[in-house]
Amino acid sequence: MSQPDSPDLIVIGAGPAGLAAASEAARYGASVLLLDEQPAPGGQIYRNVKDASEQQNAILGPDYTVGRTLAASVEDVGIDYRPGVTVWKVGTDGRVAFSQNGEAQQVQGQHIVLATGALERPVPLPGWTLPGVMTAGGAQILMKSGGLVARDAILVGSGPLLYLLASQMVAAGRPPKALVETQTDANFRSAMVHIKGALLGWQQLLKGLALIGKIRRADVRRYKAVTDINIIGTDKAEAVTFISNGRVHQLNASVVLLHQGVVPNTQISRSLGLEHRWDIKQRCFHPVTDEFGQSSAENISIAGDGAGISGAKAAEHAGRIAALNALKNLGLVDGATHNQQVIPLLKARTKETAIRPFLNTLYAPPTEVLCPTGKTIVCRCEEVTADDISNYAALGCKGPNQTKAFGRSGMGPCQGRFCGATVTEILSKETGLHPEKVGSYRIRAPLKPVTLGELAALTEPR
Amino acid sequence: MFDPITPSTNANGQVDFTFDDKNVSAASGTTIAAALLAADQIWFRETPTSGQQRGPFCMMGACYDCLVQIDGVSVQACMTPVTEGLQVNRVPFSLPKEGKRS
Repeated sequence: MSQPDSPDLIVIGAGPAGLAAASEAARYGASVLLLDEQPAPGGQIYRNVKDASEQQNAILGPDYTVGRTLAASVEDVGIDYRPGVTVWKVGTDGRVAFSQNGEAQQVQGQHIVLATGALERPVPLPGWTLPGVMTAGGAQILMKSGGLVARDAILVGSGPLLYLLASQMVAAGRPPKALVETQTDANFRSAMVHIKGALLGWQQLLKGLALIGKIRRADVRRYKAVTDINIIGTDKAEAVTFISNGRVHQLNASVVLLHQGVVPNTQISRSLGLEHRWDIKQRCFHPVTDEFGQSSAENISIAGDGAGISGAKAAEHAGRIAALNALKNLGLVDGATHNQQVIPLLKARTKETAIRPFLNTLYAPPTEVLCPTGKTIVCRCEEVTADDISNYAALGCKGPNQTKAFGRSGMGPCQGRFCGATVTEILSKETGLHPEKVGSYRIRAPLKPVTLGELAALTEPR
Repeated sequence: MFDPITPSTNANGQVDFTFDDKNVSAASGTTIAAALLAADQIWFRETPTSGQQRGPFCMMGACYDCLVQIDGVSVQACMTPVTEGLQVNRVPFSLPKEGKRS
C-alpha cells in the first residue's frame, strides 16, 4: 500500500504503546507513519526481540520474548515503519520533522500519538558520572542487543527492574556481586496500605517474589535500607561505599548499575507546550491526558509510559485505546464501534495498573537521590553540582529555566533529560514552592542535535 | 567488566575497526558502544567543561555521555553501528579547531 502525503496517524516510538497504536489504527484502514529511533521495533523493553539469540531468550525470559508478536506488527498493511529515525521537532499543527540517514524531512499528520516511553530516573549520587557506572536499564540493553553481560557488578537502588536484571544476570552465569538496596522497612509498611491493589495484580506480585527467590538461591549478597551511597574512583568506578545497619561498607567493583525506577520521557510533550502535572507519588512530571490518552491539544495523544509510568502491558492497552480515540475523532471509526472496542481495553489496563500504588510506595526513591546535596553533580553534561543549584536559588533563581542562565544547567547535549527532575526537586526544597510551581525546563526544537546541512536541505511537507 | 553472553561471536561474522588507532574486533551488527565495552574500553570522551572521562551510561541514546568522533564529527556510540574499517576516536577535552568546524 502506498502511503499518502499526509498520514492519518503519525506514531512516534515503536515500543509497546507505539506498536499497539499503529497496529490498532492500521486494522481499521488508517494510514500510519511509525517513526522510531532504534534500528528494530520493540522499544527498550522488547529491544532486539526479533533477532535475539536462543541464549539471550533463555536468559531474558518469557516476559521479553512475548514482545515478538507485537514487534512483528510493523509488517502490518497500512503501517509505514521507519526505524533509525531521529524526530527533532513536533508541531501542534501536526507537522513532524525528522532525520533518517542524515537527511531531514517533514511530514504532516492528521493526528499524532506520542509513545516515547520512559527514561531511567536520574540517580545523582557522588561518583555517578564515572566510567563504569551505568543505568540498570543500560546494562539490560547490553544483554538484549549487545550480547554482553556485566561481570561482578554492584546493583544500587530499588525497584522491580533491579531484581529482574539481577535474576537475568544470574541466569547468564554472571550473578551480581551485591544488591545495594535503598528501600526500608518503613517503605514496606507504607506500601501495605496498598496491598489490596497489589493482590489484584497477584500475577505480577508472584513474578516479583520468584525473581527475589532466584536471587536468594544464587547467594547474591543483599544490603537493605542503605544510605550515604558513594561511588568512588579517580578515572573510573572502583568501589561503592554505603551505610547499612549502622555500619559503613565498602565493596570494590568496576561496574556499578543504578536504578530508582523510570520516569516519563516528556521531551516532545514539553516542547509542544502541553499541560503537565507533578505526580506526587511517582515524583516526576507527566503530561495531562484523559483516560483515552488525549492530551491538552486535540490532535495529539500520548500513550504508554510517556504519559505516566504503568509498565509494558498497560502501555500496549493504552496504545490501542489512544489509536481508537484518534480514529473516532478523525471519523474513521464510528462511536458505537469505538465504545465496544475500548471498554474491554480500559478494563484490562485498570487491572494491569492495580499494583502500581503498592510498587510506587515500596520503591519510592530516597531523599538522597531525589534531592542531592554538596558537590554531587546534578547536570552531567555541564557538570553543575547540587550546591550550584542551591546557590542559584539563594541568588534569586526562580525556576529551572533560569538555572540555564546562572550556570548552563540543562544546556548540554542531553537537554535536561538526566537533570530536569533533580533541578526541580532542589529548587522546590530551596524555595519552599511545590514542584509544579517550580516547573521544569522549557524544551525547544531541535530535540536532538541536527546538522546545519540537514536543516538547510529541509523542504515543506510533501 | 563485560562478558559475551554467547561465547562464540560467529553468528553474523566479525568486523574490524579502530579506536584511537588501536585495532578492535567486534561482532557485526553491534553498536560502537557495545563493541568497545566488550573490548574493555570504558571511557570514550573527555568532557568539554573539565576534561572528566566519561563512558556509556544509558545505552539508549538519551544521555550523550558515550559520544565518540568519526571523521571529526561527534556521534553517539550507543546509537551507531560498527562497520568494517571505521576509524573511531575519543572526543578530547580540547577539540582541535578543524574538528570544531567540520
